[in-house]
Amino acid sequence: MAAPGVRTVGRVSSFLGKCGNCSSSINTVTSQLSRQVLSRRICVSSALHRKNLAAAGPEKFSVEYIQKQVEEYNIGKRHLANMMGEDPENFSQEDIDRSITYLFPSGLFEKKARPIMKHPDEIFPRQRAIQWGEDRRPFHFLFYTGKQAYYTLMHELFGKILNIEKHQDRLRAKGLFSKDVKQITLGTSRWLLKEELDVLLVETISADDYNRFIQLMERLLSLPYSATEEEFVLRYRQQLEAQSRKQMVPQLEKDERGVAFSTSEGRRKTSNSSVVLRDSGSGRITVNGQEYLHYFSVLQDREQLMFPLQFMGMLGRFDLECTVSGGGRSSQAGALRLAISQALLSFLSEGEIENMRQAGLLTPDPRVRERKKPGQEGARKKFTWKKR
Amino acid sequence: MALHRLSLRLRQTVTHVRSLHTSTCGQQHEAVAVESEPEPFSVFRTHENDPACHSQKHIGQYYTVPPAHIRTLFPQGLPWRYQQQVKTFNEACMMVRQPALEVMSYLKKTDSSKPSLRYVFYGLKGSGKTMSLCHTVHYCYTQGWLVLHIPDAHRWVKNCKELLPSSYNTSRFDQPLQATEWLRNFRTTNQHFLSKIKTTKRYVWTKREFTEEGSLLGELVDQGINRAKSGSDVVGAVMKELRQQSGQPGSDFRLAVAVDGVNALWGRSTIMKEDKSAADPEELTLVYNLRKLMRSDLVGGAIITALSQTGALYKSKSDYLPQELLGEKGFDNMDPFIPVSVPDYSEKEFESCYLYYMDRQWLQHPQSRTQEGKKELIFLSNRNPWMFEKICGHL
Repeated sequence: MAAPGVRTVGRVSSFLGKCGNCSSSINTVTSQLSRQVLSRRICVSSALHRKNLAAAGPEKFSVEYIQKQVEEYNIGKRHLANMMGEDPENFSQEDIDRSITYLFPSGLFEKKARPIMKHPDEIFPRQRAIQWGEDRRPFHFLFYTGKQAYYTLMHELFGKILNIEKHQDRLRAKGLFSKDVKQITLGTSRWLLKEELDVLLVETISADDYNRFIQLMERLLSLPYSATEEEFVLRYRQQLEAQSRKQMVPQLEKDERGVAFSTSEGRRKTSNSSVVLRDSGSGRITVNGQEYLHYFSVLQDREQLMFPLQFMGMLGRFDLECTVSGGGRSSQAGALRLAISQALLSFLSEGEIENMRQAGLLTPDPRVRERKKPGQEGARKKFTWKKR
Repeated sequence: MALHRLSLRLRQTVTHVRSLHTSTCGQQHEAVAVESEPEPFSVFRTHENDPACHSQKHIGQYYTVPPAHIRTLFPQGLPWRYQQQVKTFNEACMMVRQPALEVMSYLKKTDSSKPSLRYVFYGLKGSGKTMSLCHTVHYCYTQGWLVLHIPDAHRWVKNCKELLPSSYNTSRFDQPLQATEWLRNFRTTNQHFLSKIKTTKRYVWTKREFTEEGSLLGELVDQGINRAKSGSDVVGAVMKELRQQSGQPGSDFRLAVAVDGVNALWGRSTIMKEDKSAADPEELTLVYNLRKLMRSDLVGGAIITALSQTGALYKSKSDYLPQELLGEKGFDNMDPFIPVSVPDYSEKEFESCYLYYMDRQWLQHPQSRTQEGKKELIFLSNRNPWMFEKICGHL
């Protein structure tokens, strides 16, 4: 009964065993996917600099094979739902993940090595369809350029430019041409990066190719009547949104006297802290029940504590009740800083939250101690070199 | 000063010119000028330099201790950072605060024929216990009292370079260096009393050296300074003489015993004996004699003490209450005492201190003049005097 659901899982693992060099591709693709969803786009992560493996060679899995996988996945999903006693029609991916962790509990450290059951679209990389027919002749006239998708895009783009110019000339001839027509509203978007374009085209393009594409796009935009192709242009742009929108803001609560307060937690290195921030206080701060002046006797730590409040100009407005454990004094102060900033959010407007984020007050400090390496004196330091 | 005078003169001419036009307006100006003239200083200073005249209305204001008093009264008695501050500012300004005023008001009303009371300043670290003690001692000094000031009793129970078995009682130990140092300070502080007080007993130091009955106290002190070996016993003798003579019908002086870090007397010591075991404070001649002085049989004087966690041995950092610092034994010994709490700066005192540092150019950053900057300073120091001085002061 459990067979189909497990089979899908087993199939994935057996497939991993079958072709070793493919397994890395799967891992990278999944990690790439998760990164695109979660991480911030300020600096491009190293994963994107890796080769676009999907575009590297010819097709690895036939269409029939993938279709079969999808069918198996759908059947397995229903079986799994029956096993868990739930409705097979409305069995979502979250339910599948929950069931898999329940049925196959795994203590493996590496999360990617744990059993998974996902739609084949997420597991198998996006790949090019077969480019040639039965007679081994390519379908596409640009096949022998080696970068048919890219050149198709460029052809299409230039064709659109020509169309717009023709349209303008026609208007000029009629005397209807005017400079102030509706422009494309780009807003806070940016061009797709080279890596993103690679994934979109399922091809590897060079930096020069990419620059040429951008130049052509800019030329299209510079035309007065470019708004007719707005949809096409926006396909190659990525909308940016304020990161602080995603920020979790703790709920503002009221205690029995009607005083607003909010609680929050923070951590840095090995320290954990939690803060209760009470409105309309006198600036009294206690850390683990002690006066903060005696708990943090070093000036720098108190500055850390002060910074979020000072940055928002709210010194002396709140009463803070902090508890902190673990770590040393500076990590405790850092953990408290994060907790105070988080707790402060519920008293602020959206614009101020964005300001705080840009000041780096809401970003957890990810730095931790680096491990010592064998054959070395420390994390980086080597033993003293002796000739003999 | 010259500039100040010039401005006064200028102001006068201006008022003259004005008076030509409208007489009433000119008179008003003159009245203002006369009022502001005796106050070239600002709100945070008081001209009342005599501690006896300080009252509630002076709280939070700074008064200037004359340099002569600093030299004689506190040759080494002031806290180190305050000494540095005095050197930097070239003036010794002390804030008038409630705890010192409270003790001084008690002292003013004390009946000198009764056994003396004991006052204990206590408070959190850096809240100004020693400075309150110094203020009170300055009051006693200006009243013409004999001041017996021990700047830091902790120094007598640790870091001893020379330790000799006492010649008077072999179970005790002498600390000649500390004794001579203290005697020297005592001599500078109470110069004019040395020739007035006479000894009531004959003291024999060695076979040849002795001090006759009826000789001056100054001779006794000189003996201790010149012969370092007998220094500790001389300290004991001086304390004994003063204890017995104060409040007697014949004597015309009042005795102020000021001890900073009084918890050292009943704590533990780190001084090692010959056999590498720690000496009990009871066994040290200086501490033994000081303890005897602290007993309540002192008549016609006052015992003013301050607790101190800084420098205390085997005490937790967070202790500050008398029962924690003195311990059970010390608390029982001191028992009928008046505890005087020394709190951190109040809002008014902080403002005054802030203005004083601003006036002395310690706060120069443009940010520190704004309201925001002041809030920062309050946050970083939490109105603790020591911390505030540390933040604003030299590096």
